[in-house]
Amino acid sequence: MLSATVAAPVSGRWRYPVAQIRQFGLLEPEYAQAVERLGREPNLVELGILGAMWSEHCGYKHSRRLLKLLPTTGPRVLQGPGENAGAVSIGDGLAVALKMESHNHPSAVEPVQGAATGVGGILRDIFTMGARPVAILDSLRFGDPSDHRTPHLVDGVIAGIAFYGNCIGVPTVGGEISFDPSYTGNPLVNAMCVGVLPADRLTRAAASGPGNPLILVGADTGRDGIQGAAFASNDDPRASHRGVIQVGNPFLEKLLLEACLELIERGGVLAMQDLGAAGLTSSSVEMAARGGLGVEIDVQQVPRRETGMNAFEVMLSESQERMLVLVERGQEAGLMDHFAHWGLHAAVIGSITADGTIRIRDGAETVAELPIPLLADDVPAYALRPERPATVMDCTGLDVPSGLDLSHALLSLLGSPNLCSRAYAFVQYDSTVQANTAFGPGEGAAALIRVEGTHKGLAISTDCNPRYMRLDPRRGAQQAVAEAARNVACVGAEPIAVTDCLNFGNPEKPEVAWQLSEAVHGLAEACRALDVPIVSGNVSLYNETAGLGAIAPTPAVGLVGLIEPIEDRVGIGFHEGDAVVLLGQPVDTLSTGELRAVVLGDERGPFPRLDLAAERRLGDLLRSLAQARRVRSAQDVSDGGLAIAVAECALASNVGCRLKSEVLRADGGPVAALFSEDQGRAVVGCLVSEAPAVLAAAVAAGVPARVIGHAGGTRLVAPGLLDVPLAAARAAHESGFARLLGHTGTRV
Amino acid sequence: MARFAVIRFPGTNCERETVRVLREVLEQSVDEPLWHADPRPLDEYDCVILPGGFAHGDHLRAGAIARFSAIMADVERYAARGGLVLGICNGFQVLLEAGLLPGAMLRNATLQFRGAWVHCRVERTDSPFTAACQPGQVLRLPIAHGEGSYAVAGPEDLERLERAGAVLLRYSDPAGAVTAAANPNGSLGNIAGITNPRGNVFGLMPHPERACESLLGSVDGMPLLRSIVQHVTTERGEASVTRELSPAC
Repeated sequence: MLSATVAAPVSGRWRYPVAQIRQFGLLEPEYAQAVERLGREPNLVELGILGAMWSEHCGYKHSRRLLKLLPTTGPRVLQGPGENAGAVSIGDGLAVALKMESHNHPSAVEPVQGAATGVGGILRDIFTMGARPVAILDSLRFGDPSDHRTPHLVDGVIAGIAFYGNCIGVPTVGGEISFDPSYTGNPLVNAMCVGVLPADRLTRAAASGPGNPLILVGADTGRDGIQGAAFASNDDPRASHRGVIQVGNPFLEKLLLEACLELIERGGVLAMQDLGAAGLTSSSVEMAARGGLGVEIDVQQVPRRETGMNAFEVMLSESQERMLVLVERGQEAGLMDHFAHWGLHAAVIGSITADGTIRIRDGAETVAELPIPLLADDVPAYALRPERPATVMDCTGLDVPSGLDLSHALLSLLGSPNLCSRAYAFVQYDSTVQANTAFGPGEGAAALIRVEGTHKGLAISTDCNPRYMRLDPRRGAQQAVAEAARNVACVGAEPIAVTDCLNFGNPEKPEVAWQLSEAVHGLAEACRALDVPIVSGNVSLYNETAGLGAIAPTPAVGLVGLIEPIEDRVGIGFHEGDAVVLLGQPVDTLSTGELRAVVLGDERGPFPRLDLAAERRLGDLLRSLAQARRVRSAQDVSDGGLAIAVAECALASNVGCRLKSEVLRADGGPVAALFSEDQGRAVVGCLVSEAPAVLAAAVAAGVPARVIGHAGGTRLVAPGLLDVPLAAARAAHESGFARLLGHTGTRV
Repeated sequence: MARFAVIRFPGTNCERETVRVLREVLEQSVDEPLWHADPRPLDEYDCVILPGGFAHGDHLRAGAIARFSAIMADVERYAARGGLVLGICNGFQVLLEAGLLPGAMLRNATLQFRGAWVHCRVERTDSPFTAACQPGQVLRLPIAHGEGSYAVAGPEDLERLERAGAVLLRYSDPAGAVTAAANPNGSLGNIAGITNPRGNVFGLMPHPERACESLLGSVDGMPLLRSIVQHVTTERGEASVTRELSPAC
């Protein structure tokens, strides 16, 4: 194993200056290791290939060992990590493919194209598996709203997602947008896609059959994005990506999607692999590595969009909307006709070989020759050197404030950056295309997509709270899984699979290494406790900006739940006259959270109570209540606490709520009861006549439950504590986003 | 039973659900989508639908390239012979570009794509496309478009359209009041859907096919699609076979 410490440059030792080696993404000891294994120094093309394959982005140098901690198996799992996407069975011969991926660095530089190509990339990961994409969610993190760059980044990222997702006809149904000063120089754009396929059509990307032809289809190859993978593993996004940004063409991807799915349906596809980071290099190497074979490519056969490109540029271009397809020898002609029908350029660019080598030719000349195991298996693996930073906050024993104007506090929170309505973004997305969207944005605690031709539904949620992560990365990661699971349980669904996107700073720094290690342990613990496997994911490290430091650790969790029949689904909107029941442990103090940060101006507070066993009991209860059709609304209690959960239920259906003040005054007092962010809680609405049955079911399930009020009217009221007209709540909630970006009301 | 044709351009993205809803929810006969590059007589069909999407990526201008597709000549002949042609969203834009409907689409007044649930008031019920609606009925339908601001050259053109009763659907509030606040895209006269002078071609920006199952939040697309079936079967002298609206769940 290598040490991550950079050795002092030994000038003249290598044929390349050390600075150039670094430019290709390699540390000098890594280069030395490669030379030793290779028995010679690589030429420039080979150095480019090596740098890309050994980058953090492709090679997971710092995270590989940790990731082995994650539970990746289960009775439903058809495909775990290692392919383009994970896949799980949903019964009746159907499967769901899911994956989340980051496009952080490109979005920091060019938010529109960065976000658009992020969506394009994640879509390809899904349809490469043979699945038709049915939903997109985006987990977005931006810096201080008052920073002059933030509105530009927010508007650009939203526009990019809309540009790509709307055109290709996959509904954008959910996700999250949060603001935290740590993202000011380095926004996070994590896109998640879910697809559905007949399980027997699951297509993998492992090479087979030496001599079989490799076909490249889709966009012609240009000079865009050359060496993106190596640069993404640098820690200054603005310095790194200039000139290497890819540009998306959703129309071309739509053609590619339909052509590939049709091809897989017809049969005969041996392997399919999309071209993402490190383009043709990583796609061909990974395909060969999975099959334990080799690959030969003639760059002269690669269709180009510009003249004069050399082998290096062709192999490392990150031009979008390209796919590598492997078929049996003799099938080429039929394949060309098929792609021509769709107006797509396709070419046989090489073949699979038996010798375990990637050989790149430029016509007759061999320009690179590297052993596949060197690129795929010998990637340096670093042991992290985690150190718990001394600056971790101690927040025990902080006072719960008294004398707060609770109505004012509620209105402030409803209009605040992390809690105000996201309609500003969602109205720019098509959330109803494909005619399967049962719950779009804001309609359920999770998005809900009907599986065509069945009574199955997929509930989908993405979650992660940077404030909790900063306070305690282990429990913060657990909370992200717990909240996502709770969201899908509120809809009535059972969690069946998780995908994650681990966004962290530079792992060579001990405190970042500690955050990463703690977070992965937390994810693993929560997934085990809630019995849900992680089947795919992505790691994005080096999210730092010169002078601003690392981002808050952000392991974004994307979780898919299954509900059947989907007709049992439960939305968040209150129904007039319903009893409002709080499920979960009463609070005893005011945790850290939005009230402390926004209203009190100091986010410090105890970590919200989190009990994974209690979460599991609550999830089981919520599902059984939905199946028995005993509840008519359900919303999880999370950011902002009970008051925000109740307000969201009220705003969703324009039905107010009257809370029982005596219940709020008990326990930790009204401030904590209304605004603490303790986990493991949900607010459900049911017919008054059903309330005893709901409470009895809760007792039987071991979940504390109390009637805390009734839905109805046009106000949010807790007599003597709180009284807010719904219209005022709506005004604060709906104007918040445009206001924080400094836009006038005319934009929305 | 009516027989529908659904046209598929490269970049069309609503053809699958359009076919599915016609088949499974309305229980009508629908062939697999017809490819734009394959010209063919359409006389065997009772109605031809141009579904939503981004034909040819909406490059240049929505519908501007699709109108030159080979099958559009057949659609024009079919319409000239009185066949029913329905254009939904991008299909509406293609019909405008092809000159089968009057007017043009501009970018939304917000200059942004807009995906939302809107209300539309039915202005006439003596059209093949609205005959199953109630007069003045307000429909809750989804929209999803970036170029949906309906425009004509001048006030006299709008006046002519209004006098001819070309407007079949208008954006309104839930009570049916046609207001500026209810207009999601800046369309002249809150126009959401118009028909041609002969009344056999209809284009609308909202998506009725996305609002045919209560699971999806609305069944208000049904009366529009049922109108076509009702018209076809009545013309043919068949007893109306359209079943009462029974939400899927």
